Amino acid sequence: MAYDPARTTAPAATNLPEPIKETPSQTAGPFIHVGIMCATAGITPPFGTDLTTNRDLPAGEKITIEGRILDGEGAVATEAVIESWQADRAGSFARGIWRRAASDLETGIFRIETVKPGTAPDTGLAPHIALWIVARGLNNGLLTQLYFAEDDLTSDPILALVPEARRPTLIASGRDGTYCFDVHLQGPHETVFFDT
Amino acid sequence: MSDEPLQPRDWSWHPASDFPAYRSTRLRAPRQPLIAIPEALRDTGGPAFGHDLIAETDADLIINSATAGESAIGERILIHGHLLDEAARPIPDALIEVWQANASGRYRHKRDGYQAALDPNFSGCGRCMTDSDGRYSFRTIRPGPYPWPNGGNDWRPAHIHFSIFGHQFAQRLITQMYFEGDPHIAICPILNAIADPRAVSQLVARLDMAHAVPMDLQAYRFDMVLRGPAATYFENRPEGA
Repeated sequence: MAYDPARTTAPAATNLPEPIKETPSQTAGPFIHVGIMCATAGITPPFGTDLTTNRDLPAGEKITIEGRILDGEGAVATEAVIESWQADRAGSFARGIWRRAASDLETGIFRIETVKPGTAPDTGLAPHIALWIVARGLNNGLLTQLYFAEDDLTSDPILALVPEARRPTLIASGRDGTYCFDVHLQGPHETVFFDT
Repeated sequence: MSDEPLQPRDWSWHPASDFPAYRSTRLRAPRQPLIAIPEALRDTGGPAFGHDLIAETDADLIINSATAGESAIGERILIHGHLLDEAARPIPDALIEVWQANASGRYRHKRDGYQAALDPNFSGCGRCMTDSDGRYSFRTIRPGPYPWPNGGNDWRPAHIHFSIFGHQFAQRLITQMYFEGDPHIAICPILNAIADPRAVSQLVARLDMAHAVPMDLQAYRFDMVLRGPAATYFENRPEGA
């Protein structure tokens, strides 16, 4: 191609298709901590604020969610990241609570400290916490929901969409405020994942 | 905006979850179909992040981890673009976080054992907020391709990971940006999990001479799109097309 001075200043066309579409997902890979929880990667944070911990919890019953992400052979993922989104204790999503946690690099256990959500009276929905999971080998983030064993779940319209035999994968039992919630990516106890 | 209806995801545009050529998917991709939650029952809202939490240097990977007066090694580049929804509306005040390998293809992560050298002046983490027009930009260095354990002779194309928050948690997205002209793109099993070549092309940043800074930075344009309201109700022509 002949030298063309105009080419040295030409603006780029967009990378978007027409009509435009949602940007395709790609795996978070094993080194996600570098970007979103850099201390976990072993990096001295170059940022002045930590978006993960720089959020006060609103009033409510303090609870801890503890769990692991397991593959089809029961191996524990040690590089997953889990984000939670939930209503506050009054059931308001306008004052919703977001948290982010990493699987421990050794044990694979993640821990989310939050308050127990409530539910708005007119919805019929039982209190729940949405969990979004990304990891190596997950080309798309996975969305699941945690329910609380002590609540009345019989009329929840979302659980009603789940085959009865699979509902236990979404229900966590608490002890002294700590709820265990293991996520099975495959296998006979495969956790229910949602499309919203 | 934090509670408007969203159209369902078009999963055919996204990578297949189970794609055996990407070995890690074999034991991790769920086997059961997703269960769709009707729009009326979907949780709305999502976390908001204030501009005050983010410093300007957070988006400058060339210097944000460098000793004063020094800078990262590599091709100096500007990555910039618009963040839009599927109705082609700009998404302002959205948090974008990025991470990447250094110029030799090594991550500053205690788990990355690749023998390529670390750069003492580069960590590979950055973040910014989109402005009121949905624009974002990062200054960084072009990452190197690198080999990875996938059972064979597999090399990742040069890429930058993007984590994007819209105004609803249901818009949450993590993706990767690639570079126009990289020959590794066509042979990458992670990218090949995307069936439609137009969707692959959407992840490839274009060389953008008009935004290069002479004698300083080469520029790449990378526009991104999060879920939005049903497209049929809106004009959805990308800006500049």
